[in-house]
Amino acid sequence: MATLKLTALRKNFGPVEVLHGIDLALTSGEMLVIVGASGCGKSTLLRLVAGLEAITSGAIELDGRDVARLDPAERDIAMVFQNYALYPHMSVFDNMAYALKIRGLTKPDIAARVRETAEMLGLAPLLARKPRQLSGGQRQRVAMGRAIVRHPKLFLFDEPLSNLDATLRVTMRAEIKRLQRRMAVTSLYVTHDQVEAMTLGDRLLVLHEGRAVQLATPMEVFERPANTYVAGFIGAPAMNFLPGALSHGGTAVSLDLGPVIPFADGKRDGAAGQRLTIGIRPEHIAPVPPGTDPTGLELQVDLLEPLGSETIVIGRLPNNELLSVKLPKNDAPTHSMRVAFPATHLHVFDAGTGLRLDPT
Amino acid sequence: MNNRTDWTAHIVLGLGVLLFLLPVWLVFSASTQNPAMIGRGELSFIPGTGLDVYWKVLTEGAPGVAPVWHLLLVSFGMAMAIAIGKILISVLSAYAIAFFRFPFRLACFWMIFFTLMLPVEVRIIPTYAVMAGFGLINTFTGLTMPLIASATATLLLRQTFLAIPDELVEAARMDGAGPLRFLRDILLPVSAANIAALFVILFVYGWNQYLWPLLVATDSRLDTIVIGIVKMIGADTSVEWNRVMATAVLAMLPPVAIVVLMQHWFVKGLTEGDK
Amino acid sequence: MERRTLFGGWALPAAFVLPQALLTILFFLWPAGQAIYGSLTRQDAFGLKTQFIGLENFVDLFTDPLYIESMWRTLGFCLAVTFLSMGVALLLAVFADREIKGRGIYRTLLIWPYAVAPAVAAILWILLLHPQIGMVSHALKTIGINWDYKINGTQAMLVVILASAWKQVSYNFIFFLAGLQSIPRSVIEAARMDGARGWRSFRTIIFPLLAPTTFFLLVVNLVYSAFDTFGTIQAMTQGGPGKSTETLVVKVYRDGVVNLDLGGSSAQSVVLMLGIVALTVLQFRFLGKRDKT
Repeated sequence: MATLKLTALRKNFGPVEVLHGIDLALTSGEMLVIVGASGCGKSTLLRLVAGLEAITSGAIELDGRDVARLDPAERDIAMVFQNYALYPHMSVFDNMAYALKIRGLTKPDIAARVRETAEMLGLAPLLARKPRQLSGGQRQRVAMGRAIVRHPKLFLFDEPLSNLDATLRVTMRAEIKRLQRRMAVTSLYVTHDQVEAMTLGDRLLVLHEGRAVQLATPMEVFERPANTYVAGFIGAPAMNFLPGALSHGGTAVSLDLGPVIPFADGKRDGAAGQRLTIGIRPEHIAPVPPGTDPTGLELQVDLLEPLGSETIVIGRLPNNELLSVKLPKNDAPTHSMRVAFPATHLHVFDAGTGLRLDPT
Repeated sequence: MNNRTDWTAHIVLGLGVLLFLLPVWLVFSASTQNPAMIGRGELSFIPGTGLDVYWKVLTEGAPGVAPVWHLLLVSFGMAMAIAIGKILISVLSAYAIAFFRFPFRLACFWMIFFTLMLPVEVRIIPTYAVMAGFGLINTFTGLTMPLIASATATLLLRQTFLAIPDELVEAARMDGAGPLRFLRDILLPVSAANIAALFVILFVYGWNQYLWPLLVATDSRLDTIVIGIVKMIGADTSVEWNRVMATAVLAMLPPVAIVVLMQHWFVKGLTEGDK
Repeated sequence: MERRTLFGGWALPAAFVLPQALLTILFFLWPAGQAIYGSLTRQDAFGLKTQFIGLENFVDLFTDPLYIESMWRTLGFCLAVTFLSMGVALLLAVFADREIKGRGIYRTLLIWPYAVAPAVAAILWILLLHPQIGMVSHALKTIGINWDYKINGTQAMLVVILASAWKQVSYNFIFFLAGLQSIPRSVIEAARMDGARGWRSFRTIIFPLLAPTTFFLLVVNLVYSAFDTFGTIQAMTQGGPGKSTETLVVKVYRDGVVNLDLGGSSAQSVVLMLGIVALTVLQFRFLGKRDKT
C-alpha cells in the first residue's frame, strides 16, 4: 500500500510533446482510472509510471520516494498488460513465479505465495497448464495473478479487458473491482471504455490530447463535466449540444432554435449575447404533448434504435440538426414528436473555450 | 459441398511425386546392381540383391576416394559446425541489433546485410588468399569458419526477434529480468521453433556445400561426401556405378531425413522469415 | 522496423555483435575489397610485381568474345532454370493447395528434394541421361535421336538445365504453397460469388495476389541458377563440351583456380558482385514499394 504522486510530468517523443505536464496524487489504496480516446497519451502516462519509458521532466513519487529514474524492476510496481503478455513457454505456475525467482525468494516461499494467489483467483487447478491451453478469461486471471503474487506497492492496468468478449468483460470487471477493494492496493487503470471507467474508478482522470481535463469522482464527471469534450466523451448515447446565447441578464439561455430556457441553478456571469453551448443528455430530454409547452420543439424522427428496455430516437430538429433522445420502451413515436429541454438538466458551456460555466 | 475425388489434383501431384521419387528409386536400384551391367546401359528398375555394396563403400570407398564413413563424418562435422556456429553468432548479433541501441548499430546491420550479396562464388580467389594467409588451407577451421559468417541466419533471427510482442519484453522487465536473463529465460525458449527451423536450413546448407570445400581442402582427408561423389564420377572411364549410386543414396539420407522429420518447423521458418 | 522496448547500455550489445562483425570483415568485406583491388591490377607471371592498370581488366573482359558469350549463355541458362522450376512448382502448389485427401503426404513427398545437394542432383540425372548408362538416353536412341551430351553442346545445356531446375522445384513449391495459403479464403470466395472460378479465378485473382512471392522467387532463382548450380555443372559437364555449359561462375573458377589468371578472375568476381547487388536492390525496391501500398 502506497501513495503515488506525479508532478508536472512531461513526455516528448522527439520534437512532439505528448504529455503536457500531468499532476496527480493517489491516496493509499485508491483506484484511479485514466480514460480518454486513443492517442490521448493515457498509455504513455502509464508506461512512464511503470518505468518502461523515460520521463522528459517532472517527478514520480511512490510512497514519498522519487522513482522516476529507477529501472522498472526497482520500482516495486506490477502491471497487467492489454494482451496479457504471458510467457508462452512457461506454465501458469512459472509465469507467476518468475518475478519471485528473479528476486531470489526460496522455492518453498515462492510455491506458497503462488498457491495462495492462485487460490484467491481460482487458478489452482490450472497451475500446470501453458497459456495456450487457457481461455481468454483464464489468461486474464493469470495476468492478474502474476501482478498480485508480487505484493507490489502499485498496480498498473493497461486496458486489461479490451481483448475479452462482452459478457466476460462484465464478469472480469466486477472481479477486478472486488480484488482491488479486497487487497487495497493503489492502482492506476487505463481504459478507453467509459463504462469501465465509471464502474471501476474511485476517481477518474480524463485525458485529452496530453492534458488532464478533469480529475474527479465518476459521478462528478458525469454530472458536472468540466468541458464539452468530457461531456461528449462520458455518457452513451453522447450528450446533445445546442448553440445559444446568454440572455435575460445571465439567468437564461436563448437557443438559436428559438426557445428561451431559464437556468434552474442560478445566474451565469457574462455579457448579454455571449455565445454558449448548451448540453443536454438524451435521457433528460422530455417528450411533451403538442401545445403544452411553449419551449417545445418539433423533432422529425429519423431513426429508431430499440434497445429492449429503452429506445433511442434520433431525429431532426427544425434546423436539420440531429438530436438523440432516450425514451422508455413504449413511448417511441413513429413520425415526429415534440420535445422540451428541462431547465434542471442543462449543462452550460462557453462556446469559445468549451469550458463549463457554473452559476455564480 | 464437394465430396467428389479431385482426380486432376491427384494426377498432377502424383506425377510431381514421381518426378522426384523416380530418379531416386533408380539410383537406389542401380546401387544394388552389377556395375558392368550398368556400364553397358542395362540398368533395371528392379533392385538387385547386392545390398553389401553399402557396407563396401562405407568401409572402402571407391578408387581415389576415402571410405564413405569418413566422408560422412567430415560432412556431418562440417554441417553441424556451420549450423551451430551460425546460430550462436547470429543469435547474439540479432539480439544486439533488435533489442539495443548502440553506436554503429545501423552500420553493423547494413554490413551484415551487405554480405547477403557476397556468396562464396563471387569471391573465390580473394577468400582463398585470406585463408592461405591465416594458414587455414586444408584445415577443418578453414573449411567451416568462412561459412559461419553469413547474413541469412542473422536476418532471419532478427525478424523473429522483432516479431516478439513488446508487451512480453515489458512484462519481463517489470518482473525484474535484465538483458541476459531475458535472452536465456524468455527469448530463446520462445524462439525455439524458429531456431529449430534455422538449424534445418543451415544444416542442409552446410551439408550441400561444394565449391568452398573444393577450393580450401585439397587434402582427401577433408573430403566431404559431396566432393567425394563428384571425384568418383570424375574418372568417368572406370566408374564403378553401383558404388557411386550407393554413395549418392548415403549422401542424400541425412539432410533429407532432417528436412522430413522437422518439416513442420522448417517450412514455417523458411517462409516466414525470408520476406 | 524498430522495437518500442529496448534495453539500455552499449557494452553488452557491442560484445554480442563482435564475433559476427569480425567474421564478416575477415571473410566477406576484406576479400571483396581484395577482389576490387585485384580487378584493378595486373600481376606478372611469377606474382612478383603488381601493377595498377585501372579498368583495363574490365575492358579486356568486355571485349573478350568468350566472356560476352558466357554472359549470354548464363542469362539463357538462368532464365530457363528459373522459369522451368518456378512453372512446375506453381502448378504443383496450386493443386497441393486444394482440399484433397492425403495432401499432407503429397507435401512431404514434394518438399524433401530441397535437401538434395546440387552436385548429388547431378548424379541422379546422370543415371537418366548419361550417354552410356542413362535409361532415357537409351530410349531416345531407340527412337533415332543421337543422344550424347558429352559431345553435343545443346544437349549438354539441356541436361544441366533439367538437373538444376529439378533440384529447385521444392524450394519454389514451399514458397508458392505458403503464398497461396496466405491468400484470404474470403477473397477467393468473393471471386466465386462474382462468378470467377477455375482458370479465370487463378488468372485474375490468385496469380496477381501471388505477385510478391513470385517476384521474390524470381530473384532467388536467378541467384540460385547463376551461383549454386556450380556443383551440378561441375559434376555433369565441367562446363563442357568445349565451353557449351560454361556459365560465369564456372568461368571464374576455371580462369582463377585452374588457369590462375588472378586479375581477370578478380574482375569477373567484381562483375558478379555488381550483378547480385543489382538484383538485391531491385528486389528490395519492389518489395518496399508493395509494402507501402
